[in-house]
Amino acid sequence: MSTLTAPALASRLLSPELDGRDPTSLADHLALRGELPPLRGDDAAWVAAMLQAVADSGLSGRGGAGFPSARKLAGIRRAGGTPLVVVNAMEGEPESLKDKVLLTAVLHLVLDGAAVAAALLGARRVVVCLPADDPSGTAEVLRRAVAERARAGRSGVEVVVAARPGGYAAGEESALVEGLNDRPGLPIFRADKATPLRVGRAPALVHNAETLAHLALIARHGAAWFRSAGTAASPGTTLVTVAGAVVRPGVFEVELGCPIDVICAAAGAPDDVAGVLVGGYAGTWLGPQHLGTPFERGALAELGATTGVGVLVVLAASSCGITETARIARYMAGESAGQCGPCVFGLPALAEDLELLAVGRAGPTTMDRLRGRASLIAGRGACRHPDGVVRLVESALVAFADDLERHARGHACRGTAAPSVLNIPRNARPGRRAA
Amino acid sequence: MSTHRLRVDPVACDAYGFCAELLPERITLDEWGYPVVDGTPVDRGLVELARRAVAECPRRALLLEAAEA
Repeated sequence: MSTLTAPALASRLLSPELDGRDPTSLADHLALRGELPPLRGDDAAWVAAMLQAVADSGLSGRGGAGFPSARKLAGIRRAGGTPLVVVNAMEGEPESLKDKVLLTAVLHLVLDGAAVAAALLGARRVVVCLPADDPSGTAEVLRRAVAERARAGRSGVEVVVAARPGGYAAGEESALVEGLNDRPGLPIFRADKATPLRVGRAPALVHNAETLAHLALIARHGAAWFRSAGTAASPGTTLVTVAGAVVRPGVFEVELGCPIDVICAAAGAPDDVAGVLVGGYAGTWLGPQHLGTPFERGALAELGATTGVGVLVVLAASSCGITETARIARYMAGESAGQCGPCVFGLPALAEDLELLAVGRAGPTTMDRLRGRASLIAGRGACRHPDGVVRLVESALVAFADDLERHARGHACRGTAAPSVLNIPRNARPGRRAA
Repeated sequence: MSTHRLRVDPVACDAYGFCAELLPERITLDEWGYPVVDGTPVDRGLVELARRAVAECPRRALLLEAAEA
């Protein structure tokens, strides 16, 4: 795993000075980052000033939805009661490694950010959620760090490390909170998404681990400092996992707005690429002509894409985009929570159409059927899982249009037989309605 | 003026399909029998039919929500 820094890269979270230090040691963390300013959650003026700093910073959630952090905090504060801070490090996206890097290389910064959020909300408990199926012992490292902070009298809040069942949708915030309520960890249908999720009676602030690490830096250095990187509309830096056909796959930190091809080059992408999958398996394929696009919400939105969980999968020109997309669609169909018909039946149907196209067995109507199905499925699930697959599929039809024409006429291509560059895991669990 | 919109609770829905029979003006079924709802406002003339479709759903999965015009 690479966490290299190079000229195009930023170094707020992944500081080069991390080298030679023990990132899990509180003393090394404090030597590198300095002390966190005193958290005065019972001082209304301090709380108001810090909330203003978060709003001024323009920090947005780094877990995929990109919701402004200040608005999320305000919503939980309005909900009343004693809130709970949930650190989401579930890393359901198979190509993403950033949560793992956050919980090892910068875990004290994540815990600092959780403490800041707790102080702003009057929360007394923090639950750090990470996948239970991690063989590398991240949970133990984290528990030791939490204990060290408690001994040093620096936590102020109770921090619980919760190893939760993994899978693609396990980090979807309503599914995560359902699991913390000792119910099956499945996404729930919310007629009104503005109503906060609750663990027991406590309104739950669910923030991605990266968002909280940035919050810890805003508490130290202020909003103006935060905005000195990135663009006016998308300030700050972000972690990007670059995967696929690159020489140095791994997690890189960049300023928001850094062009996609520059990020890919830092990871050693080849000159000749078929496309880049932006955002993860629920993301958008962009063809070579779009790779100069800034990695930033606004610019990507013009192409129907989002930053997602900060993943770029590079596909070499020798690979087949249709075949790789079919593989992802089949995996995503198997990761449905199995609750909603359009997802349970629609996603396998999309995968099947793509598979027929990939191997050159498509009939004369397969293309139209695929387009028609894709256009009907989005927006009809309790969560956005089906929407993400539709986005993936529709973007593949555009990005690989030339290739697709050959496939639709019943020809596989050379890339169909090439080995996959994807890291698709086995499906985590069968769904409720699945056979 | 207050108006109404139809939504489906997709977790509750089990594809009985009564809604599409009762309100074809707003609801069609996909190839697997699940409703595809036209989310545009339900005009006054259709509200009573919409209420009936809501009441007839065996899974209580069809929702008629008040929405700002």
